[in-house]
Amino acid sequence: MSTTTTSAPASAAEQFALRRQSPAQRIQHVLHAQPALSPLAVLIIAIIVFAIINPRFLQPQALSILLQQVAIIAALAIGQTLIILTAGIDLSVGALTVFSMLIMASLASSGGVPGPLAILIGILVGTLGGLLNGFLVTRINLPPFIVTLGTLSIFLAAGLLYSGGSNIQSTALPDSVNWAGTVIQFGRFRITTGVVIVALMAIVVGFALSQTKWGRHVYAVGNDIEAARLVGIRVNRVLLSVYTVAGLLYGITAWLQIGRAGSASPNALTEANLESITAVVIGGTSLFGGRGAIIGTIIGALIVYAFRLGLSLAGVDDQWRVFATGILVIVAVGIDQWIRKVKA
Amino acid sequence: MSATQNEAGYGTVNGVDLDAVQEGVADPSQTVLSARKLIKTFGKVIGLDGVDLDLYPGEILAIIGDNGAGKSTLIKAATGALTPDSGQLYLDGREVSFKTPQDARAAGIETVYQTLAVAPALDIAANMFLGRERRRSGPLGSVFRMLDKSGMKADAGKSMANLGIATVQNMGQAVETLSGGQRQAVAVARAATFATKFVVLDEPTAALGVKETGQVLNLIQQIRDKGLPVILISHNMPNVFEVADRIHIARLGGCAGVITPKSHTPTEAVAIMTGATTLQRG
Repeated sequence: MSTTTTSAPASAAEQFALRRQSPAQRIQHVLHAQPALSPLAVLIIAIIVFAIINPRFLQPQALSILLQQVAIIAALAIGQTLIILTAGIDLSVGALTVFSMLIMASLASSGGVPGPLAILIGILVGTLGGLLNGFLVTRINLPPFIVTLGTLSIFLAAGLLYSGGSNIQSTALPDSVNWAGTVIQFGRFRITTGVVIVALMAIVVGFALSQTKWGRHVYAVGNDIEAARLVGIRVNRVLLSVYTVAGLLYGITAWLQIGRAGSASPNALTEANLESITAVVIGGTSLFGGRGAIIGTIIGALIVYAFRLGLSLAGVDDQWRVFATGILVIVAVGIDQWIRKVKA
Repeated sequence: MSATQNEAGYGTVNGVDLDAVQEGVADPSQTVLSARKLIKTFGKVIGLDGVDLDLYPGEILAIIGDNGAGKSTLIKAATGALTPDSGQLYLDGREVSFKTPQDARAAGIETVYQTLAVAPALDIAANMFLGRERRRSGPLGSVFRMLDKSGMKADAGKSMANLGIATVQNMGQAVETLSGGQRQAVAVARAATFATKFVVLDEPTAALGVKETGQVLNLIQQIRDKGLPVILISHNMPNVFEVADRIHIARLGGCAGVITPKSHTPTEAVAIMTGATTLQRG
């Protein structure tokens, strides 16, 4: 009675192997397997087009500027990627980074705290801010959008109240706090230590996401939180860790921002929220959670800033860059919707 | 509880004398799982009304029942998803109590939920080992915490092959690219691989076509034939009568009787299930 239909699976396998795919379906499958491919193609095409319009685009000076400009948003977008992978969103990224930065700079300048200690405290503030977001999402069960909309205002106001709204110049800060702006020269390429640190952040987080159990659980939670719970993944612990790690990354970025800007200004990073989300989305990470990668986010951030630099070198009004970014976001989400419908 | 009688007699299934089984309550030392007098209330609603359940080694036990008859509640109580208000659970003759599904899983019970509990964007191997990931040996695993991806992929392939699942060959394929039956096969294979006591399947064929249903039923028999008992919750009478060794009929929070596909017809089973007839009790 137990050997009724043993031959059935084999014929289904044959059917499966023989299935026909249209070219569009093939593209859909390739993009499904490698969502970073479409942003990579956009980046390469953009670079080629901008280089043709203005050959200065490919010169070391221009590329060095591009990397320095993109570093801060790329760093914040790494944290944002983690949160979006869990089907969340972080609107407080800019505010929390500025808050950490102001505490770091105030402590090191007027507070008389040694530079390295001030940096650590600032990073700790970022981490605790992330922990607070995670706590509200997991323990109070509030939607991430609402939680981070609330903490956006809280961190912003706290930063302004603490600093009195004043701008702290790099001359008032110890070298350690300004260190991320140190220039490293490779021939005619000039990058900063901050760029190197962002690259390291991307490598470490990318590795953790793709190679470790924690990373796999982040994807599982973002894919289907109920399924993750049923297979025994401690869902709340994963979410809490994601928000906390994102906060840690923002804290580190606060330090990098001081080095990059040469000051700690309460008015910095006002566009960081939308720019980081834009980089993540253009990079092929799904706003619905569970799919995407750090490499895509880095490519997404590079696209945004390549458009900015390329269009400005082409002498085009900056509004066209904003215009193009809007189109890219919509196309990116459209592609994501399409590849999510992939069928065998 | 009184014994249930039937003129035809129940005979034996897998070496278990069903006539003896039907004589009241079995000795939990002979069963893989025994539930005794489970009671679960939800406010004024009675979910389980002192129900008994026995699962014997090497059998497929189907649980059928109308909506609200208590089959889900019964199985949730047996797998830790619900804690009964009172009653006992015996696993291999030893009394156990499960507070969470993780407790039941740690004891060797695997459940395939109707929702399958898979992460659609992750590949088959990742889903097979979801929540039980293995790390690489040596410093790559201990220091860098790297997953043993190739090892898990190979083992996932072996598990699938052992169960005769030939429809999916590439363990690196995302689960969302699979058909409904293939997804079901992945979830069932995962349960069969990690269960040491028994496997519970909740409506495994509800969303499937005829051919895929046949494949899943075949898979269920394969699991039984490899020595793992199976509890199959289903609405589908033809499926139940095709594979089950015994059929537990849930009704109104209790048990309206335990029959076998040989002792009763599907029509009689439906009649008992809906209360149109009752099993004669001696």
